[in-house]
Amino acid sequence: MLEIKSLSVGYNEHLILKDISLSVHPGEVVALIGPNGTGKSTLIRAISGVLPLQGGSIRLCGSEIGSLSSGNRARTLAVVPQIQSLPASFNVYQAILLGRTPYLGWLGQAGKRDHDTVCQAMLQTKTDHLTERCIGELSGGEQQRVLLARALAQTTPILIMDEPTNHLDVSHQSSFLNLTRKLAVQNGLAVLVALHDLNLTSLYADRVAVLFEGRLKAIGVPEQVFVEENLSPIYGGQLRVITHPEYGTPLVLPAGPDLEYAPQNRGYIVEASAQLREHIYV
Amino acid sequence: MKTTSQIYLIALSLLAGTFLLSVAVGAVFIPLNEMMAVFMRGVASTDAYSSILLKVRIPHTVLILITGAALGGSGAAYQGLFRNPLADPYLIGVASGASLGAVFAMSANWPNGLLGFYAIPVAAFIGSVGTVFLVYYLARVGKTVPATTMILAGVAVSSFATSLTSFLMLRSSGELHRAISWLMGGGTMGGWDPVLASLPYILLGLGVLLASGHTLNVLQFGDEQAHNLGLHVERTKLILILAASLATAAAVSFSGVIGFVGLIVPHMVRILWGADYRRMVPLSILGGASMLLAADALARTIMAPQVLPVGIITALAGAPFFLWLLRSVRNQAFG
Repeated sequence: MLEIKSLSVGYNEHLILKDISLSVHPGEVVALIGPNGTGKSTLIRAISGVLPLQGGSIRLCGSEIGSLSSGNRARTLAVVPQIQSLPASFNVYQAILLGRTPYLGWLGQAGKRDHDTVCQAMLQTKTDHLTERCIGELSGGEQQRVLLARALAQTTPILIMDEPTNHLDVSHQSSFLNLTRKLAVQNGLAVLVALHDLNLTSLYADRVAVLFEGRLKAIGVPEQVFVEENLSPIYGGQLRVITHPEYGTPLVLPAGPDLEYAPQNRGYIVEASAQLREHIYV
Repeated sequence: MKTTSQIYLIALSLLAGTFLLSVAVGAVFIPLNEMMAVFMRGVASTDAYSSILLKVRIPHTVLILITGAALGGSGAAYQGLFRNPLADPYLIGVASGASLGAVFAMSANWPNGLLGFYAIPVAAFIGSVGTVFLVYYLARVGKTVPATTMILAGVAVSSFATSLTSFLMLRSSGELHRAISWLMGGGTMGGWDPVLASLPYILLGLGVLLASGHTLNVLQFGDEQAHNLGLHVERTKLILILAASLATAAAVSFSGVIGFVGLIVPHMVRILWGADYRRMVPLSILGGASMLLAADALARTIMAPQVLPVGIITALAGAPFFLWLLRSVRNQAFG
């Protein structure tokens, strides 16, 4: 499991993250949300050991992150980065096999077990039909699945993902997060995933952590966290929270335009009383 | 898709062909059957062909071979290390730094024995490592080293090093003609001494690079992903920089500054056989040796009996290639 206690991270004197405490248990998907520039990527980079800590602690399956060697850390924690600047001419199999790096020597000679692990990761992520393709020719969704397969090939108990649904269209976002849940449940992975979309978070996360201005503002199940009093100060403006008609989970809706500027041609209730609007929205 | 063994067979045949060509041509042409005859008779023979072969041609050819191998291999390593398609020992200033170091050592005590010879690559190594770190830090923008700033920093540092080199050479008495031709990339020092003096360094440098194919592959995904895949990134990069610079420095020490081999060869290999560094490094080593042997054979024949510095030939072939590459990398990501 992943345990973060009163973590502070910053560049030089300037603290970007202050006093963050959260833990992710095996089999659990915890979503990390918050507006852009609020420290989500910084938190992910701190957990992956790229940034030094200014205070507090990060423990990966009981071991302090600073005490782990590069190889041990990569056998405990895998990171699915955002898909940008991937080397285009690598083929898919070759790229996924790099997930076995922490188990290989300097020469990188892969054995049968490594190849088996890679094949299993490809089956799980449905990338097995892409084996010979070059990364550069893949769609965003396929590239993201390749990076997930590479992380699975690391066979770590902890998995961290940085906005994996950013470049995907709506149906691929759902199927990617569905796959994530399946892996968390089947393989007992502890998953921390930074997400942008509040409604996907509400549908797919066991718990949600809200990061704002470098601090953890709320953490809990989406039903507790996604209430208007919590979200409006963070995202600014008026958000509406209703209940998903099918799943009963919270749905976060953006506020509509000011009534005097609203489109007049299709059922906006321009003249409705405040009371009536309240009734309709909530 | 050709199998790996077929690819190596092609590269090795090319190397064998250019090797024989390089031994055969020159002021006196030595046909293949005469070559065989000399080897049949053994080293003890004293006729004209055998003394040309054993004292001049073969040492020279071997020197050119290991120089080309070092330039090709370190070019592939620099390109992978900086994730930059324009990195080349010549363009990023490593070669000029090495020649500054070498000339500094020579001007202190122009080589007159094997011991002096062994000291030159060490001085060149110090010069090349100094240059590569200087260029790297000058060219760095945030966490990346963009292709264009790297070339600009390389050109600036390299001009500076070249000026210092010229200054040192003007101060040293005599030998100027020889030094100039050396700088332009003519392996003018004869005999086996330069081979023996540079071979250990080149073998060590290339040996490390040959073992680092997998590591270079991991580095193609950027420092952060390499870190997350369990690589100790800073230490790994340092080892690779030292190994590539050692091979370059040893090559420059006795063959002078020869540009573009380290640029062209890894690109040809990548275009023909893909970007897997486990294959790219050995194939760039073989290809670099073949290309330089061919260029050198050309340099010794087109104006025979005059011998052109081989650097002129590689630059004539390499500069247009570089310009073409510069245009094509502006629009596409490297990989």
